[in-house]
Amino acid sequence: MEILIVFLPLLAALIAGFGGRWIGARNSEIITTLAIFTAAILGVMLFAFSLNHGADVTHRLGVNDVKIIPIFQWVSSGSFTVNWSLRLDRLSEVMILVVTSVSAMVHLYSIGYMSHDPSRPRFMAYLSLFTFAMLMLVTANDFLQLYFGWEGVGFASYALIGFWYERDSANKAAIKAFVVNRVGDFGFALGVLAVFSLFGSIGFDAVFNGAEEASRRTINLVGYDVPALTLICLLLFVGAMGKSAQLGLHTWLPDAMEGPTPVSALIHAATMVTAGVFMLCRLSPLFAHAEFARDVVTVVGAATCLFAATVALTQFDIKRVIAYSTCSQLGYMVFAAGLSAYGAAMFHLVTHAAFKALLFLGAGGVIHAMSGEQDMRKMGGIWRLIPVTYGLMWIGSLALAGIPPFAGYYSKHSILEAALASGTVFGNWAYIVGTLVAFLTAIYSFRLIFLAFHGPSRAGEHTMAHVHESPWVMLLPLFVLAAGALLLGYYGEEWFVGEARRDFWQHVLVASPDHDALVKADMLYGTSLLSGWRMILPSLAGGAGILVAFLLYVIFPGWPHRIVNMFAPVHRFFYHKWYFDELYDFLFVQPAQKLGRFLWQTGDVKTIDRFGPDGIAAVTRLGSRFVSGWQTGYVYHYAFAMLIGLVAIISWFLLRQSNGIF
Amino acid sequence: MPHLHDIIYLLPEIILLLGALSLLMIGAFMRGEKIAPLAGGGGVKTTMKDEATIAVAANRKNWLLAGGAMLVIALALMASLPQTVPDGNEILSGMLRIDRFGHAVKIFILIGTGFSLLVGWRWLMRAKAAMFELPVLMLFAVIGMTQMVAANNLIVLFLGLELQNLALYVLASSQRESRRSSEAGLKYFVLGALSSGLLLYGMSLLYGFTGALNYDAIANNIATQNGGVMPYGILIGMIFIITGIGFKISAVPFHMWTPDVYEGAPTPITNFFAVVPKLAGFAVIMRLLVEVFGEFHVEAGQILVVLSMASMVVGSLAAINQRSIKRLMAYSAISHVGYGLIGLAGNNADAYAATLVYLGIYVPMTLGTFGCILAMTRGGKPLDELSDLAGLAKYHPWLAAALAVFMFSMAGIPPLAGFFAKFYIFRSAIDNNLIALAVVGVLSSVVSAYYYCRIIKLIYFDPPQAKGALDPLPREVAWVIGLTAMVILWFVLWPNGYIDWVRHAATDLWKGSE
Repeated sequence: MEILIVFLPLLAALIAGFGGRWIGARNSEIITTLAIFTAAILGVMLFAFSLNHGADVTHRLGVNDVKIIPIFQWVSSGSFTVNWSLRLDRLSEVMILVVTSVSAMVHLYSIGYMSHDPSRPRFMAYLSLFTFAMLMLVTANDFLQLYFGWEGVGFASYALIGFWYERDSANKAAIKAFVVNRVGDFGFALGVLAVFSLFGSIGFDAVFNGAEEASRRTINLVGYDVPALTLICLLLFVGAMGKSAQLGLHTWLPDAMEGPTPVSALIHAATMVTAGVFMLCRLSPLFAHAEFARDVVTVVGAATCLFAATVALTQFDIKRVIAYSTCSQLGYMVFAAGLSAYGAAMFHLVTHAAFKALLFLGAGGVIHAMSGEQDMRKMGGIWRLIPVTYGLMWIGSLALAGIPPFAGYYSKHSILEAALASGTVFGNWAYIVGTLVAFLTAIYSFRLIFLAFHGPSRAGEHTMAHVHESPWVMLLPLFVLAAGALLLGYYGEEWFVGEARRDFWQHVLVASPDHDALVKADMLYGTSLLSGWRMILPSLAGGAGILVAFLLYVIFPGWPHRIVNMFAPVHRFFYHKWYFDELYDFLFVQPAQKLGRFLWQTGDVKTIDRFGPDGIAAVTRLGSRFVSGWQTGYVYHYAFAMLIGLVAIISWFLLRQSNGIF
Repeated sequence: MPHLHDIIYLLPEIILLLGALSLLMIGAFMRGEKIAPLAGGGGVKTTMKDEATIAVAANRKNWLLAGGAMLVIALALMASLPQTVPDGNEILSGMLRIDRFGHAVKIFILIGTGFSLLVGWRWLMRAKAAMFELPVLMLFAVIGMTQMVAANNLIVLFLGLELQNLALYVLASSQRESRRSSEAGLKYFVLGALSSGLLLYGMSLLYGFTGALNYDAIANNIATQNGGVMPYGILIGMIFIITGIGFKISAVPFHMWTPDVYEGAPTPITNFFAVVPKLAGFAVIMRLLVEVFGEFHVEAGQILVVLSMASMVVGSLAAINQRSIKRLMAYSAISHVGYGLIGLAGNNADAYAATLVYLGIYVPMTLGTFGCILAMTRGGKPLDELSDLAGLAKYHPWLAAALAVFMFSMAGIPPLAGFFAKFYIFRSAIDNNLIALAVVGVLSSVVSAYYYCRIIKLIYFDPPQAKGALDPLPREVAWVIGLTAMVILWFVLWPNGYIDWVRHAATDLWKGSE
């Protein structure tokens, strides 16, 4: 069953990818969607089965609560052995559930959304391929397979961002996503290599079991002895930063919105970008012994959280707003993981997957309705025309803003509670940032709602005449996801972060005993720290944000402009995304281009080519002309040449004999 | 005293000789119209006066002669295949040496001649250059070559060489109406006479300093003199002899005749020149180096290194500038000779085997390429310019594919046969510590890849010329091209049988000298 879950998407991708031309677009869609749905149903069954047999599971799975399904041996070289296998524990089951169900919804949605596209089989094949790679990633049982899945989703993401390859901007965005991810992957790869050099193995079990012993060892890095595990965790976190678009390596995510909207929903909101968070949770036994690395994770996560929210406030592209929102929410998850509140991080991951996919797919519906328009300044006044989408967007936005009883409320609360309870400097900072961002989140998400749906229409008449509700294939997934956004929080809280979490997570998530923010939150629950206004502050912030957005964008539509003018430099700073792209352009891209141009023009063309290929070719041609020049056609020249040759040879030997030099 | 049973070892030569003589008789004494019924096989009573029918009859006569010559060659080939070797290898009082090496080269020569005739005859007929003498002359040339290969005596060698030469001079100028053909023949004759003179002078020096004509006697004499003064005369004699043979195989700097003769001679004759006499020349030089000049292997090696390098470099450089495909093939042949000489510069059986491997692969490559060149006729007019090949793939995909195979093989691209030829030759150079030679060889093969690939670019990527398709391929030409292309393509599958056979031949040559 587990093998089916993972390999059905691959099979479907192969059929649709290579056979799409023969079986046709419709059949490709049917095959891939059916395969993913099957996988999703199996994923639900797997999850339900292992949950219902909680007692047996421990028995069945053995001490580590892990079931490992070998597939085949991949590499065996000396002490280095790698197997393809599926690691099934609660963490990967949750991820399988999220990945397959969101993917199934997105597949279904794509049938409607992409219905006008000529290369649908390719699209569906990429989607399924992505699903396969993501499943390989989450079921990895060693670092190499993790890396395989990591690169596999990276490739699928690249292919899907650049899906409309006729567009220059899409190609650039695809390359940017790939290159920025390479930076992260480089760190990840170094981390994996360091793991192998430290542990002599890259299997998770061996590494986790050896973590405690290894925490006392150091690695010599350019003359300094650094704690080995801290170094490894930081390197691996660089990889997570790339995939999860954390501050510094986030620049690719907003540009990735060039891809079709279902891609944004599946890859750049619900699943792939959470791979970094997943990795932090998966490697929690390592991070348990690397305090400094955890602090870095916390700071980076909180900073991302704040950064992305401020940028999201100022953007006008509907998808970019949601993209920065994703970035910001990923920041929540990452700092939760940094505070060892892994359960909370996973909880937010799951609820976020539901409501963010809902938002993206809803935004896709809006874009679809507006004939491809993505600029919110050219929308407005359409809520009556597409009431269903509108209502679903409300659900998504309320969940995102953390209003009870929507899912986002529970998960965000658990994170902020843990941050508050952790009692460290970084925890407190994260709590302040998180609460502030909850406020900002509500503003920008309702800014989106009000700008896009309310007010007078700012679109052309032609566009407005075409505004229509999405077809049912696109709405059905939205309803499913909306149900998730409504219910997941209420039903999940108990398992993910509540009383039952120990049984739920078994021994998968390992936190350092004195650092587990969730434990501390349990202990402090009801005390003055975790009661009263502090408990409801995030929700209050969310509500206030909604109110502010309502005031600014519905009641007093002139105010935002005035505020912008008042804080022009700040706005400019936010609007230009804190100038990260410009900074990177100045620091890396331009020097790299200059270096490249230098190496190309001066190094290659003027030096290597000139003296190398071109020079040799020129010399060859000269030589050729010279040699052909001998061929005068006169017999006496020919005879002369022969005799000269003869004389030369004889002279050589005679001189040699007489002088004895040679 | 010659023993009668020695004749059995001369069976191929006897078949060739009798065949050549009887074909000459048939050609000379039977007029075209008279043998028409014979060839037609119909027994039609003929009383023709009319020109056209006479021409038809002449055609039939020509076909009969060519067919007869091919039959003779086939018979001679069958007689050589058993490769029977006498005790002590020498026959006719040590005049000739019959060994597996000689047999191997003879087989190459016969195959090369037979296919040259087969592939080119219709071209000659169409160009009105076919005369019944041509197949006969080819047979005589082959007889001369077999004598050269088997010779164990300087006189026999010279006689065989001159028999070959005279036939070749006539063949080169056989297209009497063509000024260029006559010019080619004359140039070849003048320079060939010069080279024969050099060769003969070298032989006389050898005889003067050793007092012997038989190879083994000369070698013994050199060996006994070795303790004393260095015999300059013998060394110079060797240089003259190598020069004379170097002319035959068109090694630089004795190559000057090659482009002019290749271009001027009728294409089928060029084909014959490109394939066959080189084999004989190589065989002679190999035999002489091993059996006569074994003591001088250091000096001989130095000469051969120089000749080899010069041939490779000049051959590959000069070919770039050519517009005529026949001239290009001439320079290509010169560079191939350079590669072949690499093996001779190494002083052991394995290196010689590499040269034989090279020559054996060179035969089908060249035959196939010339088959393609022969196919280049439009409206009965032969084409010679490289530009005529432009866009060939559009009209003649199979011909183009075959030509591409030959070109890639000549450039030494794996997995074609030409790659193996170069591989073994370069390996022998490295095994014999001739690194410089190997480096020059590899570099010049890079240069030559340029013009081979340019032909492929022409036939596949250039727009076809407005003049349209070529004439349809004659069936036998298509067969030869197909066969040689198959040999080159599939050599990679079974290289070992051939290489072992050739290695035996080379080992046999070396064993005889010990």
